[in-house]
This record gives sequence, structure tokens and C-alpha cells, in this order.
Amino acid sequence: MTEAAPDGQYDAWLDAIEAGEGYYLECANGHGWLPPRRICPECRSRDLGEERLPDSGKVTTHTTITVPTPQFEDDAPYVTAVADFGSVSITGMVRGIDPEDVEIGTVVGVEVGERVTTGDRAVVFRPR
Amino acid sequence: MSNPRVAGAGVTKFGKHPERTGRDLFAQAGLEALDQSGVDSDDVDALFYGNFMGELAEHQGHQGPLMAEAIGLDVPATRFEAACASAGAAIRAAVKDIRNGEADVIVVGGAERMTNIGTAAATDALAIAADDLYEVRAGMTFPGAYALMARSYFEAYGGSREDLAHIAVKNHEHALVNEHAQIQKEISVQDALEAPTIASPLGLYDSCPITDGAAAAVLTSEAYAEEHGLEAPVAVTGTGQGGDNLALQDRAHFAQTPAADAAAEEAYADAGIGPADVDVAEVHDCFTIAEVLAIESLGFYERGEGISAATDGETTRHGVMPVNLSGGLKAKGHPVGATGVAQLATIAWVLDGSHPRADAVEDGRIGVCHNAGGTVASTTVHVLEVAE
Repeated sequence: MTEAAPDGQYDAWLDAIEAGEGYYLECANGHGWLPPRRICPECRSRDLGEERLPDSGKVTTHTTITVPTPQFEDDAPYVTAVADFGSVSITGMVRGIDPEDVEIGTVVGVEVGERVTTGDRAVVFRPR
Repeated sequence: MSNPRVAGAGVTKFGKHPERTGRDLFAQAGLEALDQSGVDSDDVDALFYGNFMGELAEHQGHQGPLMAEAIGLDVPATRFEAACASAGAAIRAAVKDIRNGEADVIVVGGAERMTNIGTAAATDALAIAADDLYEVRAGMTFPGAYALMARSYFEAYGGSREDLAHIAVKNHEHALVNEHAQIQKEISVQDALEAPTIASPLGLYDSCPITDGAAAAVLTSEAYAEEHGLEAPVAVTGTGQGGDNLALQDRAHFAQTPAADAAAEEAYADAGIGPADVDVAEVHDCFTIAEVLAIESLGFYERGEGISAATDGETTRHGVMPVNLSGGLKAKGHPVGATGVAQLATIAWVLDGSHPRADAVEDGRIGVCHNAGGTVASTTVHVLEVAE
């Protein structure tokens, strides 16, 4: 078996979060994005720099998924949420809290976990 | 600028046909459309064909020529892919070519074979319409994505699962007389509320089924229709398309669909009409919440007010603004790549009086089709009008 090539800046971004050095890209006008980006789709600024990801964000919306894809079969039921980290929002799996207790506004930190089903890395949120 | 006419349309029975190949599904719909149109196949200039997941479901790419051959055409044939709006994008391209005088006759259509790979693999295939790195790898499914939008909507504007249930009940009732529909079964609000959850707050009856099927339509220039004495009373008078960030997380709102706002605005301006002129609409209700977002983007309702339209009976066949007389994706079914053209066929049939629910808008002259891809990162809107 040939090992799959890494997904460039995405895997590097996960590595950074694992190392406690999470970041996002911000343009000159303060629009935040996740890598890779060569241009801000909002204002077309090409001046994108790395900014440190805040330690915590707030859940802006969430769902408990009971019918998963095969790649998440053994993870279900699980919570997928979008969390707002200021200039940037991130989608992740919420762990360390009863799914019933996840609310809009729940404060979470971001880390890298593993998908139960496949062992692949996944963005994980935990309540702070 | 003359507007293309809908000279004929054909739709397969939507449903579970796991053993039927895509080419056979499309051949049925395409030949039916050609036969109904009265157009000589030698006059067809091109096939514009929508399909989303053919590589995953049938290990078949390059479907344009395959589908042209399946309906006996030797013409340039191109596949359009814009997730669930693939066929809407095909229609738009055809409308532009005919208006520009580049073509007189274009067959538009689409097909999708989905049930042969099973629910889990189909869920997986549909998920690739989302951002693979940043959404799918965080466990997002399509029901999950629309669940995120539904929860945002409830938070921003109010509304309840019961309101969504009324949309499902309405669309199931509309489909009862549609022989092409996958589901012809009346349900109650209670049935919908008690159904198993797929992705909270959405349950089984908030979600369209997984469907095999195909749809096709023959579009001609006005001049061609006149010269050949075609019976083609309905014209496509407006086309619009909008786009948005692919990933939900990158959008300013999860409870609004600006791509559909833009598509509607463009299509209305193109047709010289406004939302108040529309008599009937087919909208992309892949999930019940999607119908709410659609009727708000189409301007039938203010933001936050579309949620109660079905509950209040306004969008039922007896209401002031009937939506999804076909049963919608919810009950008619959603063979992804075919849906946009199936919507066009429905509106054409409602306006020419041949649809079994045409009596809902007896004097209807203007209908719209809203076809959305992904979490509405691609949307096409088409305006159809009775031209004669």
C-alpha cells in the first residue's frame, strides 16, 4: 500500500493545533480563514498572515448526528458543531460533554482527536 | 432577445430502481421528452446533462456522450456538475445559448443512480458536495449540514420542529396524485415528529429520500417553435445563478441563503417580474428547512416568516402561494442530477394545465424553479411564463 500524500497546509494546520500552536489566516481587513488561502474571498486582499487561534470559541450551531457516513459509523451518535473563534469559525466534533448539554454559546477549546471508526485525525472541540 | 420554449419534457418514475443503469433511466426520460416535443432529433444542437455522483455510484465519468447516445443523438454533449443544482446549471447554459442564437434546439436533462450503493454509501457520496477537509472530516453529513442551518434559523427567528413537520405533511399530500413520485403516502404532523432523528433537530420526515431517476426537457428557440408549429406554450423568461462560500463555517449567516437571493434577483430582473407576480413555485426542499430558506430567498416571505407558511396553509395547494405541487424533493424524490429539470417539467406542466395539481393555480401564468446545490453554495432560479 502506498501511503496517501498529506493534504499540505491542512495537515500542517492540524499539526500546529496538536502542538498547541493553532493559527488561522487573516487578511489586512481582518477577515479570517483556514488554510490554504492565497486570497481573501471577501475583499481580495492577498496580504494574508498567520494569527494565533484564540484559546476558546463559542458554539454557534450544532447537531447530533445519528445517521453517519461509513467513515463515522462507530462514532455515531456524535455532535458536529461550528464554533466562532473571533475572526474565524471552525467546524469540529464536540466531545467531553453529553450531547444533550451542548448549547449555542457553549465555550469550547479546539484540539486534534481521532475518529473512532478509522483512526483518522479530526478537529475536536471540548468544553472549556 | 427571444425566450426559449419548453417543447416537451419527460420524467421517469422516481424511486428505488437499484438495478437500472443511469443510461437506461436517462434514455426513458430523454426519449419521452423528444417524443412529446415533436422535434426531429436531427435538429437537436446539443445535450446539456446534469449528474453529480456518477463516478461514485456507477464508476462512470464522461457521461455527456453516453447519455446523448442513449437517446439517439450524435451531438456535442456536456455534463454539468453543481452538486444538487447540476441540472439547473444545465438549463441555464441552454437558455443562454438559445437566446444568443448559438442553438435552436437543446435537450436538457439529468439522471442519478443512487440506491444501488445503499444508504450509507449514498450518504457518503452526497457529503462530497461539502468541504471535504473542513466539514466532511469533522463528521458533517448533508442532513447534518441542514440541521446546523435549522438550529441557526430557530435561534435567529424562532419556529419549531412542528412547523417543519407541516412542510413534510404538505409535500406528501401534494405527491399523492403524482405518478412520478417516490412516496405517495399521506403523513400526519405527529408521524413526522415521532420519526427517528437523523441529525437533530431533523428527523426522517424532514429529509428527502435517496432516489434513482431521470428527467429531460427539449428547449427550442421561439422561432423554431413557430416555424415547426410546435405546441410549446411555456417559455423560460428568466434565469439567475448565485454562489456562496462552500463551507458553512465561512458564511456570515447559517440561516440565510444569499446565493439563492442573488439567483432570484437576477432571474426576476431578467424576466421583468417580481416575487408578487409568481403564481407557483417548485423549490429545493432536500430538507424541510431548505424550503423555508428558499421561499424567503425567493422573496415570497420576509426573513423569519417563511417558517410558518406551511403551518398557516399558505403554501399548500389551497393556499395563496402553492409551493412544491409535485410533492417536492421530499415526497417526489431527489435523484440529484435530475432534480432541476424535473422542477422545470413540473412548472411547465402546471402552467400548461396538464399537471394533476394544475387546478391549484387555474389561471396561473408565472412559475419559478429554485434548484440548490450543497448547502446552497450554488443556486439557479428560472422563471417560466405562459407565452401564448
